[in-house]
Amino acid sequence: MVGIVLVSHSKEIADGTADLVLQMAGEVEISAVGGDADGTFGTDPERIEASISGLEADEVLVFMDLGSAVLSAETVLEMLPAEKREKVTLVDAPFVEGAFAAGVTASTGADADECIEAAMEARTEPKLQEG
Amino acid sequence: MEENRRYLTKLDSEIGDGDHGNNMNRGFQAALERLEGADASTPADVLKAVSMALISKVGGAAGPLYGTAFLRASSALGDKEEVSAEDAAEALEAALGGIKQRGKAEVGDKTIVDALEPAVEAARDAAGEGSVAGVFRSAADAAEAGAESTVELTAKRGRASYLGARAAGHQDPGATSTYMLLDAAARVLEGSS
Repeated sequence: MVGIVLVSHSKEIADGTADLVLQMAGEVEISAVGGDADGTFGTDPERIEASISGLEADEVLVFMDLGSAVLSAETVLEMLPAEKREKVTLVDAPFVEGAFAAGVTASTGADADECIEAAMEARTEPKLQEG
Repeated sequence: MEENRRYLTKLDSEIGDGDHGNNMNRGFQAALERLEGADASTPADVLKAVSMALISKVGGAAGPLYGTAFLRASSALGDKEEVSAEDAAEALEAALGGIKQRGKAEVGDKTIVDALEPAVEAARDAAGEGSVAGVFRSAADAAEAGAESTVELTAKRGRASYLGARAAGHQDPGATSTYMLLDAAARVLEGSS
C-alpha cells in the first residue's frame, strides 16, 4: 500500500488536506506535518522525518506546499538511510489536488507510480472548461 | 548571530517574512548547546552537529540550506583531525555545492550563493598561502562584497522572488548572514593564530 505525507507551512492546511483526502480514500495511511517546531508557519524537518518513518506503507509519497517545504523534504530525504530513501518519492504536484488524486488512486490498491501519475495530471487538469 | 539578530530580521522584513535574524540566532544557540553535550572528536563531527541543529531549529529555507552546507562541509573533511588551508577551501566549496543543489540558485539570483560563490573562489586563491585564518579572511571579505552586490538585484529564488522588481534596493538577508558566518570564523581564527 502507498502512504502519503503532507508537508505544509500551515498546520491547518496540512490537517485539512489530510481530512479531505481521507474522506474519499479512507483506508490510505496519511500523515500531516504542518507548521514549524514552534507551532508557527514554517516546516520542520525533524517531524517530516518522523512522519515518513512512522508510516507502515511500503511506498511513501510526499507532497509539499511552498519553497522551504520542498527544501526541508529534500534535506530529510538526503539524510535518510538508503534502504528507507528508495521507498520515498517527493511528488512535484499541486498540494491539495495532487494529494487528493494520489490518495484516491492509492485507495484502489494502485502502486506508487500510478499514484504519482494521477497526482501529476492534477497540475494540467483544467478546472474551467472553455466555451 | 545574537549581535546581528535585529539587523538580519530588519533586512528580511523588507523583502521576506522578517524572521531570518531570530531563526539564525535560535539555530546557532541550539548548535552551541548541541556541541556542549556532543562527543565531537573531529572537525567533521563538529560541523555535523551544527548541521543537525540548524536543520531542526532554524526553520524556513535557511535551515535546510545552511544545514546542507554544514553537512557537506563535514563530509568533505572526512576523518581528518587537523584542517589545512586546502581542506578549509575544499570544505567551503562542498558547502557551496550543497547550497546550489538544494536551492537551485546561481550567482545573480539574490541569495546566499551571491556571497558564498565569490567567497569560495577567494578561499581557493588564498589556500596556497597555507593559513586557515587567511582562507576564511579572504572568503569573508569576498562574501561581504558579494552580499553588498545583492542590493541591486531582483530576486530569482525564495520568497523575495514573488516581489519581482520591488526586491531591488534591499540587501539579501541570506547573503548577509553568510558573510557574518565567514567573518566570525575568520575573527576566531585570527585571534587564535
